[in-house]
Amino acid sequence: MVQFLNQEGRASKDIPKISSDVIKRMYELMVLARTFDDIALKLQREGRILTYASLLGQEAAQIGSALAFSKSDWLVPYYRDNGVFITAGYPLDLLYLYWTGDVRGMKIPHDINILPISVPVGSQIPHATGISWAHALQGKKLATGVYFGDGATSKGDFHVGLNFAGVLNTPCIFICENNQWAISVPRSRQTKSETIAQKAQAYGIEGVLVDGNDVIAVYSTVMQAIEKAKKGGGPTLIECYTYRMESHTTADEWKRYRSGKEVDEWKAKDPIKRLEKYMETLDLWDNAYAEKVIESAQTQVNEAVKKFESYPPPQPHEMFEHIYEKRPPELEEQWTSAFGR
Amino acid sequence: MAKLNLIQTLNQTLQQQLAKDKNIILLGEDVGKDGGVFRVTDGLWKEFGNNRVIDTPLSEIGIIATSVGLAIAGMKPIAEVQFDGFSMPMLDQLYHHAARMRKRSQGKYHVPLVLRVPHGGGIRGLEHHSESLETFFAHIPGLKVVTPSTPYNAKGLLIAAINDPDPVIFLEPKRVYRAIKQEVPEKEYTIPLGKTEVIQSGNDVTVISWGAMQKVVRSAIKQLQNKYSIDILDILTLSPLDKQPIFESVKKTGRCVVVQEAPKTCGYGAELAAIIGEDVLLSLKAPVTRVTGYDIPVPLPKLENYYIPNEEKIINAIESVMSF
Ligand SMILES: Cc1ncc(C[n+]2csc(CCOP(=O)(O)OP(=O)(O)O)c2C)c(N)n1
Repeated sequence: MVQFLNQEGRASKDIPKISSDVIKRMYELMVLARTFDDIALKLQREGRILTYASLLGQEAAQIGSALAFSKSDWLVPYYRDNGVFITAGYPLDLLYLYWTGDVRGMKIPHDINILPISVPVGSQIPHATGISWAHALQGKKLATGVYFGDGATSKGDFHVGLNFAGVLNTPCIFICENNQWAISVPRSRQTKSETIAQKAQAYGIEGVLVDGNDVIAVYSTVMQAIEKAKKGGGPTLIECYTYRMESHTTADEWKRYRSGKEVDEWKAKDPIKRLEKYMETLDLWDNAYAEKVIESAQTQVNEAVKKFESYPPPQPHEMFEHIYEKRPPELEEQWTSAFGR
Repeated sequence: MAKLNLIQTLNQTLQQQLAKDKNIILLGEDVGKDGGVFRVTDGLWKEFGNNRVIDTPLSEIGIIATSVGLAIAGMKPIAEVQFDGFSMPMLDQLYHHAARMRKRSQGKYHVPLVLRVPHGGGIRGLEHHSESLETFFAHIPGLKVVTPSTPYNAKGLLIAAINDPDPVIFLEPKRVYRAIKQEVPEKEYTIPLGKTEVIQSGNDVTVISWGAMQKVVRSAIKQLQNKYSIDILDILTLSPLDKQPIFESVKKTGRCVVVQEAPKTCGYGAELAAIIGEDVLLSLKAPVTRVTGYDIPVPLPKLENYYIPNEEKIINAIESVMSF
């Protein structure tokens, strides 16, 4: 397992050189993602958003990986990847809006190459293969990063996505956030393989197991895979070994199927604490800095909450929009009969 | 008699059937320790163990395709798909194999599986959690498609589905799961598959629906009870369809409103309108009128209520056939 920061935040000798600015950016985004998440859970309890899937514990896996891509690369996240959206610069208010059950939250800004959330588990994986294939055919030097959980590796989509990418040598980075659980089903029940990374071997591509709570390890592993892909070296499967600290979604209760002891053990591996300790040794972190970062995150999140709650409700006729480029007559008729226009 | 909601009824029924026949197994995602995302299988894993109540790897195709094999080899798989939307990849196996093995093997093999599908909208779910897909299943020759509307009929239909020698899709109206409590006998009983039920008899208009729409229809019609005398039909089995009660009713009333949650075009209601036209055309005093969802994906929760047929739309349709 690739690891540069151990649980105590102590760095190994071979830790890659990453600029202070990037390290600080990682930290600030991880704090922002956690603050966003924390407030989302609170909003859900208050009935201000609907069912929500928390990213708590997966900050390093999401931010470390997403930050390795450049602005022109493509990202294909899954529903738990609010941290990936945030790293890509997605407006926080739109993310919240989406989680209120409002499709306008997935109105993707024109300068962000990200796909909307795909809810059917694993179904997005071959889309990323196709996108990266297109880029290869078009001679564009772009990488595509696709995200999914450990449960998704049981889907045929996973097989198809990796197999096609291998055969066609597409510049696709498959990022599995192995958070140990698929709702109530443990990783051991998804596959008899010892690791998910080892599945890469069967597709003839590279597979890397990385400590998903070590943001430095995630970032540099993904960065290497991107460089390789852009040079025509083909796809990579990266397993980020991490943990889902919260329930699957707010509609789930983790106490029904896993022990508090297990959760506590993972609490000690917290990705943000680990980075703080490392940054302290580099003189990049102290309490005053942390306070500033937290305050800034809270301000951004508070503003996003204010903004999303001030959106007027969607108009009923909007449900007839974006079905086809041009509405066919039958649909026009249904719209008219519903709302009279 | 105990008053049970739909979830409690299904749970009790599955428990009794598992206890009775050791060839019955339940399989699906999170059906074990967690008891299913709607808790329909709550407690069954604890009682019957890992070999009878099985958390599968996360693959709907895997669940249904292995169920075909299990059924061929003498087991009685009762598979669960977590939400309707995720059943779409299963169509491949259902259409090509579950529904055809009997034919292909010239009667040597048959596939007595049951697929339980939480069905329809109205629970403020994420995308793909609120679909009405009955037409997709009902269009497959060789499948049976059943949809209860109350706890009482759910128990009788589920037992009949389990006893049936052919593959049965069992559509559970999510919106009814916790919405109605009803007296449900503890003892086993069946409601035969392939029967349309007459819920209420009247002379002015026939209103046909199934699943979650039954509840909406009944409440709409309460508002018209002093005005019109209405026949209410509940299609408990969508395939094979029991047509006679429909024809008899329309012959009597001459007017028919069909209520379906699914999109309009090529929906199940179109089939009903067609058979009424074919068989009792001359009894009609007004065109068969459909109250349906629109030809769009089910909107996310913010707009969902504008999509799903409600009392007002049903009343308007009844008024329109009455004043035709
Ligand atoms: C095809 C499909 N089946 C079932 C579901 C319901 N469901 C949502 S998330 C989930 C578990 C996914 O686990 P995993 O892939 O490990 O990702 P995690 O949620 O743990 O991050 C399930 C079964 C779904 N969304 N899509």
